[in-house]
Amino acid sequence: MRSPSSFNHHLGRRKILGSIALVMFMSSVVVGILGLVVLLAQILFQGLEWLSPELIFNFPSRHPEQAGLKAAIFGTVWLMGLTAAFTVPVGVGAAIYLEEYASENWLTRLIEVNIANLAGVPSIVYGLLGLALFVQWLSMGRSVLAGALTMSLLVLPIVILASREAIKAVPETYRQAAFALGATKWEVVRSVVLPSASPGVLTGIILAMSRAIGETAPVIAISALVYLTFIPQNPLDRFTVLPIQIFNWIARPQEDFRGLAAGGIIVLLIILLSMNALAVFLRNRYQKQSVE
Amino acid sequence: MSDPTTDDGEPRFRRRSKTWEGGAVKWLFLACALVSILTTVGILVSLVINAWGFFTEIPIWDYLFGTRWSPILKPRDYGVLPLVSGTLLVTLIGALVAVPIGLASAIFLSEYAPDRLRRIIKPVLEILGGIPTVVYGYFALTWVTPQIQKILPDLLVFNALSAGLVLGLMIIPMVSSLSEDAMLAVPRSLKQAAYALGATRLEVSISIVVPAALSGVIAACIIGISRAIGETMLVTIAAGATPKLTLNPLESIQTMTAYIVQLSLGETPHGSLEFNTIFAVGLLLFFMTLVMNVGGHYVVRRWGLRYE
Amino acid sequence: MTETREGLDAPTVPKLFVNEHTASDESNTVIDVNKLDVHYGTFCAVRGVSMKIKENRVTAFIGPSGCGKSTVLRCFNRMNDLIPGARVTGEINFFGQDLYAAEVDPTEMRSRVGMVFQKPNPFPKSIYDNVAFGLKVNGYTGNYPDAVERSLKRAALWGEVKDRLKENALQLSGGQQQRLCIARALAPEPEVLLMDEPASALDPISTLAIEQLINDLCKDVSIIIVTHNMQQAARVSHETAFFMVNDDRAGYLVEFDDTSKIFTNPNDERTEAYITGRFS
Ligand SMILES: Nc1ncnc2c1ncn2[C@@H]1O[C@H](COP(=O)(O)OP(=O)(O)OP(=O)(O)O)[C@@H](O)[C@H]1O
Ligand SMILES: [Mg+2]
Repeated sequence: MRSPSSFNHHLGRRKILGSIALVMFMSSVVVGILGLVVLLAQILFQGLEWLSPELIFNFPSRHPEQAGLKAAIFGTVWLMGLTAAFTVPVGVGAAIYLEEYASENWLTRLIEVNIANLAGVPSIVYGLLGLALFVQWLSMGRSVLAGALTMSLLVLPIVILASREAIKAVPETYRQAAFALGATKWEVVRSVVLPSASPGVLTGIILAMSRAIGETAPVIAISALVYLTFIPQNPLDRFTVLPIQIFNWIARPQEDFRGLAAGGIIVLLIILLSMNALAVFLRNRYQKQSVE
Repeated sequence: MSDPTTDDGEPRFRRRSKTWEGGAVKWLFLACALVSILTTVGILVSLVINAWGFFTEIPIWDYLFGTRWSPILKPRDYGVLPLVSGTLLVTLIGALVAVPIGLASAIFLSEYAPDRLRRIIKPVLEILGGIPTVVYGYFALTWVTPQIQKILPDLLVFNALSAGLVLGLMIIPMVSSLSEDAMLAVPRSLKQAAYALGATRLEVSISIVVPAALSGVIAACIIGISRAIGETMLVTIAAGATPKLTLNPLESIQTMTAYIVQLSLGETPHGSLEFNTIFAVGLLLFFMTLVMNVGGHYVVRRWGLRYE
Repeated sequence: MTETREGLDAPTVPKLFVNEHTASDESNTVIDVNKLDVHYGTFCAVRGVSMKIKENRVTAFIGPSGCGKSTVLRCFNRMNDLIPGARVTGEINFFGQDLYAAEVDPTEMRSRVGMVFQKPNPFPKSIYDNVAFGLKVNGYTGNYPDAVERSLKRAALWGEVKDRLKENALQLSGGQQQRLCIARALAPEPEVLLMDEPASALDPISTLAIEQLINDLCKDVSIIIVTHNMQQAARVSHETAFFMVNDDRAGYLVEFDDTSKIFTNPNDERTEAYITGRFS
């Protein structure tokens, strides 16, 4: 039997230490949550009184009480529409290639490593790429087209990664069943893989778009800070977007513009939250389906 | 299937047209995948070519080691160190906030929190990570700075401290969720063995879980810090626009990213020396984050333990 | 307990598997189980188990899969506390003290009841640190290298690892890893060692080594071993508990007796059916 003297459990000390650590761990989580709460409270507190129809339906103005987000909202809609139009086919196509067609070789590995690294490139660097490539060399000017192409490259890794996950989750038996019926690879992809992966793909696209809506830095590099009182009519028009307009208002010294900025942030956050809610909704429905 | 032809001798299954279709589709998808490679090439080429215009006039040595940055106002100087120090200062403050808090949250979520609590907290942290960075900038400028000014009345409106603190808050979710993933991947059998030896929850967390997940934890920190280095709008709004070689967090500084935005805002003529400075700064920024990201992946590959 | 045994590294074959002491009456009771019920949430996994585990004996738990052998075993070192929703009712006395009494600290108690798991699970640390872990957390006051060496010798692993104590434990073979886990469990000098199918992931030679080890260790530790291998139970244990599962999936104890009795002349016909392989 053990000799009782050779161990000194220090139980009391260890328990106290454990409780102290637990308090520290918990307060860390609380700091994160509290940060979010204070941030939201500050914005609501500052911005709620500025929420008005003018904020949505007016063009920007030198007078805070008349200034609105109209140009920015339309610019954002244009930018998102074009970005989605470029990103979705390319991103989903790349994901299909990597999951369904690619063989294990150096090119595939290069593409994968490359996508992982692209996800870590600062967004302002994408802005510089767009500025040099689309604005200057391809002479698109500071247009919404140049902005959308730049934004597409920026969110492409997100769409590719999410689509790959969704495609990976399609059971192998589905494919085998389709092949056994004599379908070609492309037919299998088109009529079996894509339909069952589509909720996951869609979720990824929504998340990528909500990232794109909030991105400011690359758009500034492309569009600069413009004072626009018109709506883009075609892809080569100049444009501005919500976060740039907000940034513009924050940067002004007058107190009223700060409030206006907070109002604009509320609008932006509402759009983002509804997009995220949609993504969560899709994810849940999808998960339920796959259980059944 | 035993009879491949119909009565009139025609092949019964005709799929020839489909073969070229399959081939074409494959190449199309490959082209999509190659867009990502082209993006990287495009980033490098566009940065290098425009930076080249800059380096033909300013020796790279003066750029990298010069201690004064004033590309617009005379006397002009093109030493990037003040911008680098500004970036590193803000990043350091952010890391001092985000690394301990992110890791502690990860330990709490993976080792302590009951499932139900985790299911509430994780989406909240995700929301924190999805808020646009202008919003964080607004928060730093209009709330954090005034609060700190109550304690330090001399603090400038634009300063590295509040930008860094809010930057930390911003990357907490990233550090915490990546390290939590690594901690959750530690096999339960290891934790059980430690508990069975009489270890407390804290001892299991600190001496078993964290070491076993160390590569993932380090990678999470590296990736979070790399994100901080590249963060733009928050520091543009809150940290100031005065390039200064200092490590004093109470001063107004300028980061590399904020400089790029500042110059982009004005309509500087394309191709001018001033205009090309943003590509020189962008190139350096790109390499700094690339080194960190590659480092992060290397840590995982080299030291990441594989469990069945 | 301080004497060390060397030369066990090479398995010296079968004679060991004849149990030296079969008389059961003069032994003390280590663990006294009384009307034990275990629930996972609303599901009752184990119902009405009562048994007395004797000191310095090897007790085998046998029975079909899912009958609650591991569950009962986990009650003996309160590992069930770590499973959310697990609820233990009834009484378990450890040397006369109620294990589930409010004042008992599961942490301290676990250092007195060692556990070895089905799959070898060494920490991704050095061999030395693996064994020293249990010493450290329990505040061992003696000489660490000596204690590590002693535990490794008791687990018949010392000869194979004495020159590579600083190497990562994951480099050892599966059988060596399992003996390392035994050494690790022995380091805090437990009075009871719980083994949940300790050899089921191992090759026959390593299994033999572990069985030999068990036979040796029971001179100073009481061992409870779960096994699916009838021969193994017959070879290593002095006493055997046979569990079964009833229609609502709750496990219960059918018969608990001397191993020789269980395997040659069981009281219960279900035991006999199971032993002879006629069990559905
Ligand atoms: N953590 C748990 N949560 C819920 N139910 C569990 C848990 N662990 C075990 N059970 C259930 O309790 C019952 C007994 O499980 P236990 O693992 O004790 O059986 P066992 O006899 O050890 O089986 P085996 O021989 O396969 O190891 C099973 O029905 C199992 O599904
Ligand atoms: Mg079991």
